[in-house]
Formats: sequence, C-alpha cells, structure tokens
Amino acid sequence: MKRFVKMIVFALILTLTAAVFTSALADSKARSLDDIKAAGELVIGVFSDKKPFGYVDENGEYQGYDVYLAKRLAEDLGVTLKLVPVDAPNRVEYLTSAKVDIILANFTVTPERAEVIDFALPYMKVALGVVSPDSALITDVAQLAGKQLIVSKGTTAETYFTANHPEVKLQKYDTYTETFNALLDGRGDALSTDNTEVLAWAIENPGFTVGIESLGSLDTIAPAVQKGNESVLAYINEEIVKLADEQFFHADYEATLKDVYGDAVNPDNLVVEGGVID
Amino acid sequence: MQALDVLLKGRNLARLLQGLWVTLSLSLAAIALSVALGLLVGMLMTMKNRAIRAFCRLWLETIRIVPQLVLLFLVYFGMAKAFDIQLSGEASAVIVFTFWGAGEMGDLVRGAVQSIPRHQTESANALGLTRGQVYRYVIIPQTVRRLIPQAINLATRMIKTTSLIMLIGVVEVLKVAQQIIDNARYDALQAAVGIYGVVFFLYFIVCWPISLAAGRLEKKWA
Repeated sequence: MKRFVKMIVFALILTLTAAVFTSALADSKARSLDDIKAAGELVIGVFSDKKPFGYVDENGEYQGYDVYLAKRLAEDLGVTLKLVPVDAPNRVEYLTSAKVDIILANFTVTPERAEVIDFALPYMKVALGVVSPDSALITDVAQLAGKQLIVSKGTTAETYFTANHPEVKLQKYDTYTETFNALLDGRGDALSTDNTEVLAWAIENPGFTVGIESLGSLDTIAPAVQKGNESVLAYINEEIVKLADEQFFHADYEATLKDVYGDAVNPDNLVVEGGVID
Repeated sequence: MQALDVLLKGRNLARLLQGLWVTLSLSLAAIALSVALGLLVGMLMTMKNRAIRAFCRLWLETIRIVPQLVLLFLVYFGMAKAFDIQLSGEASAVIVFTFWGAGEMGDLVRGAVQSIPRHQTESANALGLTRGQVYRYVIIPQTVRRLIPQAINLATRMIKTTSLIMLIGVVEVLKVAQQIIDNARYDALQAAVGIYGVVFFLYFIVCWPISLAAGRLEKKWA
C-alpha cells in the first residue's frame, strides 16, 4: 500500500513538472522577413500526403495547390524554398516553436487557432463534407447519431462534431492516409473532413458518395505565421493582393485541382482571389 | 498487382529504400549509443549510493510512463520553445531513442548483473581475484550472455518505434510509403495494402538478421 501511494505521488510530480514545463513556454522567436532574406531560404511547412493540396509525386517532388503558392512566395522574395512535411495535429507547434516560417497546409481559419497563430488573407474557402458508402449513404447529420464517424485529429471536422454533435461517435486517426484507409476497410460508417477533400476522393472511389456536401459554416483557408510575426505576415498579404491581378489562384486551380475535380466543381466556389470573400 | 505498378513508377522504389536507410541509420545510431551508455548506467544502477539509485529510478520510470511520442515532441518542439535550441528532427530522434534505450538497457544490465549469484563473487574473492578480475572473468561473461535476448528485443522494438518520428518531420520508410499511397490514391486505390505489405517485408528483413545473429551468439557462448 505504502509503495502504491509512493508511486502515485511520484506520477503526480512527474505530470505536474511536465505540465508546468510545457504550458509556461513562450513561443520560440520566429524569423523576420529580413532574417529570411539574409539566410536566403524560406522554410514552409506543407502536407506531404494530402493530394491535391500538398503531396509528393512519384519523382519525390512536392506538388499541389498549397505548394504552388509556396513556390511563388519564395520566388518573389528571391530566396530558395525549403519545404518541411507537416501533419494536421502538429501544424500549430511548427509555428510556435519556429521550426518553419509559414504553414501552407490547407489550414482552415478558426477563432481558436487565431488566438495562438496569425492567419494571412485567405486563398481558398471550404465547408465540411461527409462521404459514406453508397450501400449505407448518409445524407443528413441526424443519420449519424450513434454511428462511427472517421475524422483526422486536429482538423475542423473533429472540432465541429465534438462541439455540435456529441451524439456522433468519432474515430480519430493521426494522418489523412489512415482516415481514408479506415473508410475503405469499413472501420467506420462515414468520413468527414473538408468538402474539397471528400468530393475529390469520392470522384475517384466508386461506391462512395458525398451525401452531405456542405456542413457547418463556410470556412476559409489561409497561410499562417507565428503570432506577432508582422513582417512575414505583411509580405504574404501583399503578395496575395498583388497576385489577384494575374488571377494567380485560378491558374493554381487549373494546374493542380482541375484534374481532380473535373467539371463537377466550379472553381469560383473554392478559389479566393486577393483575399476577398464575396 | 497495383502496389507493384505504383512502386515501380518514377523514383518510388528508390525513395522507399531511402526512407528505409533513414529508419536504419537513425535507429542503429540510437542502438549503438544505448548499448554503450546502457552498460554504464547498468553499473550505476547496481551501486549502493541512494542518490544515484533514486536518479536512475526516476529516469527509468519516466521513460516507462511517458509515451515515446510525447518525448519526441518535448525534445523537438519543447527544446525550441524553452531554450531556443532548434534541433533537427533527426537529432531529436536520436536523443529520445538513446534516452529511452540507455535507460532500458541499463535496467537490463542491472538485472543481469544481479542475477549472478553472490557466492560466485565471494568464491572468486576467496580465490584471490581482484575486483577487476572478478568482473572480467566471472560476472561480465555471464551477464552478456543473459543480456542478449532482452537486448535484441529492445533493439527491434526501437527500430519499429522509429515510425513515430514521421510526426516530427522526418521522412522515414513508413512516411514515404504513406506519401506514395496518397499520391496514388486517385488512380490505384487498392495499392495501400500491397505497399504496407512491402513495408512489413522491409522491417522484417532488417529485424530478422538481428534476431538470427543473436541466436547464433547465444548458442556459441552458452
């Protein structure tokens, strides 16, 4: 018994130390625009397994809608580009610990996230979508009650269902690859993430349909920098406004997303030019 | 077979093998450091000094209680925030895996040393062997033999656990596999299982020779 108490006390001390150690930490100082120019290298965190936004092709090259913008940001700044692979749950950490200068990983703007990091102007807009097998198609959220819904950790889908639909059982995975594999294997009844993502996936996966095309509020997707990194934030915003003149994001859509969505989706429903949402 | 087609496309196979090399080099570095440090730590653990033993105990319980992923995050992100030390994902991985391996290895060494009956030491002393000689001829040879199965178990566990380092941005074999699967997910839907199968095979051909060599050694020294 005494031994048991001792262990409990020990575990408590350990937990407290870890908690204090991690929570009291301030952000590690991010590089300013001048630092980046001086170093000659812009470091951007992108997805490496989320086609068509950020992925690595068969030649080992990064591609996708986000990567297209990343390349342009580095080019216009006149520096080389270093891409770092990130996953949905650790995107914020990469910024707060100054591991990357910018995150361009299909990052949905939310008030919670805006408290810890700064978002630039949006370059895309999305809502949530729910995809399920045709044999048991889910067309209404009410049908999800008590069912297993597959989501990826740290995404808007997870937050939305936790807050608004506690009756839905969430099955959470760390990476996007795992979530879609789980749906294919029949480990859950449906999968929810951004509608762009599920629409693209359903087109290529016969037997699955997006029963709910737009759920929750319309969200925007924007580049993010560390809280208070004014110079880099200003640079991205200037770029996004400037690029509207050449309809850069429509070109980006043509180059990276069109193959995936085909004619089923009107680009104006996804693409945001100059950071202006109509 | 879809998985094979996908793997033979572009540089996919080369990338997968590169990923395997990342997995291997990082885990072998950590294992080598763990064995070297673990032997020292094991000796410390058998000491009578209370402070040293308490410290070792704290270390051991920490690595047993805290998941490896948390340790990785603490070192990779935490060090940057707390002390502004920017470690690469690779360096963080070796640090965490060595911290883990050396602690566990130390405990294995302690167990092995203490499992040698005390009368052997006493008999050796009675025969006039010095302290150094007792270790050299009596304790260490037996300890090493008892240590091998568990040390191998630890080593293979470490190799497999390196799959976690993809979450601190290191592109190792499993991450490459996921990237390949994702890149093919619109045109080769069934490739995932096959590619994971290949990854399984790669882990197997890395871990199997280690177990095999260990078995040989054990027999040879028995």
